[in-house]
Amino acid sequence: MEHMPLNFPFLAAALLAAVSFYIMIFKKNLIKLIMGIAMMSSAVNLFLVALGYRAGGNAPIYTDVPEGPMVLPVPQALTLTSIVINVAVLALMLTMVMQIYRHTGSLDSEKSRKLKG
Amino acid sequence: MAALITQAPILIIAIPLVAAFLTPLIGMASKKARNALVIVSLVFVAFLVFALARDVVINGIHVYTLGATSPGQTIPTGFMVPVRIILEIDAMSAFFSIIWSIVSLAAAIYSLSHIANETGQTRFYTLLLLMVTGGFGMMFTGDLFNLFVFLEIASISGGALIAFRTRFGDTQEGGFKYIVVSAIAGLMVLFATGILYGQYNSLNIAILAQAIQYTTLDQIALALLLIAFAMKTGMVPLHLWFPDAYSVAPASITGMLVITSHACMYAAFRVCFTLYGAVIDAPVVGWILIAFGLLTMFIGVTMAVFQKDVMRFMSYHAISQLGYMWLGVGVGLAVLGNPGLLATYGRDAMSGGIFHILNHAMYKPLLFFTGGALFHLTGTRDLAKMGGLAHKMKWTTILYIIGTLSISGIPPLNGFSSKILIYESVYQFNPIFTVIGIIVSILTLASFTKAFHSAFMGAELPEYKGVKGVPRSMIVGMVILAAGIIFITLFPAQIVNWILHPAADALIDRGAYINAVTGVIP
Repeated sequence: MEHMPLNFPFLAAALLAAVSFYIMIFKKNLIKLIMGIAMMSSAVNLFLVALGYRAGGNAPIYTDVPEGPMVLPVPQALTLTSIVINVAVLALMLTMVMQIYRHTGSLDSEKSRKLKG
Repeated sequence: MAALITQAPILIIAIPLVAAFLTPLIGMASKKARNALVIVSLVFVAFLVFALARDVVINGIHVYTLGATSPGQTIPTGFMVPVRIILEIDAMSAFFSIIWSIVSLAAAIYSLSHIANETGQTRFYTLLLLMVTGGFGMMFTGDLFNLFVFLEIASISGGALIAFRTRFGDTQEGGFKYIVVSAIAGLMVLFATGILYGQYNSLNIAILAQAIQYTTLDQIALALLLIAFAMKTGMVPLHLWFPDAYSVAPASITGMLVITSHACMYAAFRVCFTLYGAVIDAPVVGWILIAFGLLTMFIGVTMAVFQKDVMRFMSYHAISQLGYMWLGVGVGLAVLGNPGLLATYGRDAMSGGIFHILNHAMYKPLLFFTGGALFHLTGTRDLAKMGGLAHKMKWTTILYIIGTLSISGIPPLNGFSSKILIYESVYQFNPIFTVIGIIVSILTLASFTKAFHSAFMGAELPEYKGVKGVPRSMIVGMVILAAGIIFITLFPAQIVNWILHPAADALIDRGAYINAVTGVIP
């Protein structure tokens, strides 16, 4: 692990975020839009976990921990919460897309769009 | 009573949360008991909010530490920094929570008959109470991460409620747009939280505010937070989802959504004034808020003039009115670093902006509720298909007139008191802004008069001869808000002294907010 540049995970998170923004802005399919949001949430989660990582650190379990640095527990707790919330958000979005398809027969955001102006 | 007030911050969040999950259980036994549970819990919460707000204005900031031996013990023994979740209620939070308690109660009463013919009513009330929990949480939390969690609770339940009437296709579309925008905004807030945590090792707003440096990363975090909250409030040019979501939701929910957008505005103020207060480049950020506020005012009202759908028309007006608040508070922020100008007009501009939030929170849900009543009776939102409805709905007509006069700033109604406060103070900053504000106000009156004419005036249309009047609980919900308007109209000076100046001072005086957590006696 010593040789891996420590900002590598941050670059990966930035790349994920950039791809997800591209998907959200340019893709017309609603399912792809949801995939974009899922990718963006992964980017943020990766960022949070990478933030708490310390080189060569142990898992932060106080009762049974070897000598040496520990990784930060708080960002991991944040990530868990964020994953749970994103599951709820994605499930809700998918049900709504299902309903939109039922009503309009299309997943294209241009064709299934009724509200304008 | 004293113990109740000490525990009030957590009770105000916990009671709607517990009631939300009791609702389906009791709903299986009896519908009446379920409705009673919803109303009683909201009334009790409103009572607690008022008691807490009174105490905050008299005795200063309330801190509530979860899991501590005493609620005031923010820093556990043996630690240097707060590690527990802290709720912090200053005059600004108390002010917003008063609004939220009144409007959510009115919306719940209004819903009793507004959604009486829908399926899945029990789930509707569960979601409504969850949304109330999320809103109070956003206003009370002293912690950036909990702000994100409560923002998501309010957004998820709000999105589900917008799409509640699944038999219409457009509700699904509006709900989907809302939840997409909320998800993106939520992730931006979380990202900014991560950036700040990485630098200062804390999530507590007070501790962060003490340590903040305004490095490049901090500026990125500020931009992310402001864009996220501005997007959620529907500031132009991020407003395109706003009328779509607001016009298709059940009217009671639209009224509540207005206040969740105010809660996001509260979060933006908290970030600008408290979190970044000491280091922020106040003139630049203030001018950005002013510029976008003016744009929001103007584009919102010009789009509203052309609308034929009654709820959509009111949604664009909601966007336009939000611009006044950004303008007022933006002027306050722009002169934050200059105590002389702040005392001359900055504090008044901020009080005006905050006063406008209070007024908007009363008349805008009222107008949405009257729009919902029109939809309830006629089954259409198209203004061109309505007419002569004043014959059928006398109360609604009167309430609509009160709302219209108030939103257009006609003296002596409450909308006038806040607008005059904004006009007078902003005039000293830059006279052109006042002129724009007055033009927007005139356009507002013009379009509301037009809508009034096409919906209520004229001879009774044959197709609406047989319809029944507006159900009583909807009238009660609207009358609660109208009573709020009349109360503010009668006592504007007292409102300014009791609530608005403490709230504006709470924003300016960030030291008190920090000291309440760190325990340093000022």
